[in-house]
Amino acid sequence: MSNATKVDPAAAAELFIIHDQVHEPMHDRFLWATMQRRDAEAAAIPEWEELRELASKIKEHTLTHLDHYLEEFEENATKRGAHVHWAVDAAEHNAIVYSILEDHGVKELIKSKSMLQEECQMTAFLEHRGVEVVESDLGERIQQLDGQPPSHIVFPAIHKTRQDVARLFARTVGTDANNDDPHFLTEVMRNNARPRFLAAGAGMTGGNFAIAETGTFMVCTNEGNADIGASVPPLHIASIGIEKMVPLVEDMGVFLRLLARSAEGAPLTQYSSHFTGPRKGGELHIVLVDNGRSRRLGMPDFWHSLKCIRCGACMNTCPVYRRSGGLAYGATYSGPIGVILDPTFDEFKYSELPFHSTLCGSCSEVCPVKIDISDQIFKWRRVMAKKGYLPLAKRLSFAVAGQVFGHPEEYHAIEKIAEPAMDFAPHFLLYDRSLNPWGRNRELPQMAKQTFRDWYLANRSDHADIEQ
Amino acid sequence: MQTSNNSRDAILAGIRSSLPQNKVEHPQIPVFKATERPLLSEFEQHLQQAGGSAHEVVSAAEAEAKLMALHPRAKVICSAVPEIVGTRRVEKVRDPHELADVDVGVVRAQFGVAESGAIWLTQEDLVVDALAVLSQHLIVLLDPKHIVPDMHEAYRRVRLNETAFGCFMMGPSATADVEATLVHGAQGARSLNIFLLPPARTAVLRGSTITSGA
Repeated sequence: MSNATKVDPAAAAELFIIHDQVHEPMHDRFLWATMQRRDAEAAAIPEWEELRELASKIKEHTLTHLDHYLEEFEENATKRGAHVHWAVDAAEHNAIVYSILEDHGVKELIKSKSMLQEECQMTAFLEHRGVEVVESDLGERIQQLDGQPPSHIVFPAIHKTRQDVARLFARTVGTDANNDDPHFLTEVMRNNARPRFLAAGAGMTGGNFAIAETGTFMVCTNEGNADIGASVPPLHIASIGIEKMVPLVEDMGVFLRLLARSAEGAPLTQYSSHFTGPRKGGELHIVLVDNGRSRRLGMPDFWHSLKCIRCGACMNTCPVYRRSGGLAYGATYSGPIGVILDPTFDEFKYSELPFHSTLCGSCSEVCPVKIDISDQIFKWRRVMAKKGYLPLAKRLSFAVAGQVFGHPEEYHAIEKIAEPAMDFAPHFLLYDRSLNPWGRNRELPQMAKQTFRDWYLANRSDHADIEQ
Repeated sequence: MQTSNNSRDAILAGIRSSLPQNKVEHPQIPVFKATERPLLSEFEQHLQQAGGSAHEVVSAAEAEAKLMALHPRAKVICSAVPEIVGTRRVEKVRDPHELADVDVGVVRAQFGVAESGAIWLTQEDLVVDALAVLSQHLIVLLDPKHIVPDMHEAYRRVRLNETAFGCFMMGPSATADVEATLVHGAQGARSLNIFLLPPARTAVLRGSTITSGA
């Protein structure tokens, strides 16, 4: 258990919703549109469900033989001239990266998006030691300039309007605050990043997949920014989670057909780049990072979350995520996948996250590697309850519910009392109190005049034998 | 800093003590039924959706003319192909930073993928990797006979153990990071035009008569 304070996603989501009439509806609309493009792409491929099953099985196979594939990857990558490092945790990852930079006298680093480097909070670590770190993905750069973490694993600044970005660039880069044309804003950052790419002593990337058979890792971007970082500076450092392994080159056919379609409704990202050893004239370091992953592999209920390929489809489909914004989760990973990953880093701090869900199950339906996300969310609720991490309001109401639902006669009695009571109870008492943040901005359904049981007994009297 | 063997051993030991008991077999990836539409038109349609375009070109001279028509103000044309000379040969480039001023990069792709409109480029095709991403615009030559239906076939073609860099490039650089609005030319090439042109016969014939191994 950590000393950290618990994150309160419901309260943070409320701020996002009531902030104005613009941000939350826009966020909801963009991500839902992305989801619809994903659905159209998935429907256009007859073998889509078969691909999901294959991807799931390949990942399960890899994870149940993970030690073997990591050693094979290391051997092949080393054979091709890459330096392979192993980091037990975030601190060791950051120390390894810093020592490589120090050895090469690097003071300026240009990086592409890496959720793992976010997880390790690498940028702050390096900047404290005098290394200037610049994000090159547009969305990540926007978030970096605004001092915020990414709010979505694929679209880091999706919660911001174009006006927000124009004002941010005016403040930080000196452009015209009134020019909020996305073409202009993108061009501003292209021109801002170019000299930095050319001046950087090192480029850093993450890795979407690592192929054991050849010692290759691959990176997917739309901007080509990872490729510039890898091909221009003399030094390339890649941070790769140990769960990113796949055994064979041919496996990639399955994963790449699923990844961008699930993530953004496109057949591929614009760049799907494969790095096998250092480029001609360059130096390549690969840092394989555990940071709690091997421990998660030993959790029978939760190890399947290691199959995740970080497409973000579960976030885009999630009715709670779309209305909350990613920052509301207060964690590296947000949305349904965040709900099941984050508690493995800190159970207490993230104990509220499993309750930030309707358990509608849509996330499990769209997951390209068939992670049982909603089942895991439910199981995490049980973990939190068992550990006594539930807030008072939930503890009390769940205790009452457990008592009532466990005893039918009490349930029938309460049904009868509750129905007329609903007519008289002031609305704010039921559903608008600070005790129940879920109720804010939502409405209760109308109570039926008759309970189902009464209706059944009245209308299905031939089954009256079930009575009592 | 040298890799700590302690961390390596600790991670592998941690994995071994955590490995799920029920091992899962690696599945057989079946051969899926490919599209019945002609591969070239499928490729062209997806390329267009990705923001690129394809042009039929019958000769090196026409390719050169087409390049000039598309990029009339280009000052630095850096070429990696024999068909187009350009103003700078990429073979002469010693350091990727020298490519910072390239207006148009020219390269030949090994093959295209019909289901996405992507092309496969390697370090050997580019000579200097950065040509693919520092060039403001890209012209890519592609033999229209070298188009595979899908990513399964594509991965049977690539030789990852023979190249340090290989990229499926699907159209030009793009972003939708500001209000989900699609913009081309985020960091890499602003435009990608593909010239459908088989490799020059003469070079191949000359090579084969002399060395019999072209």
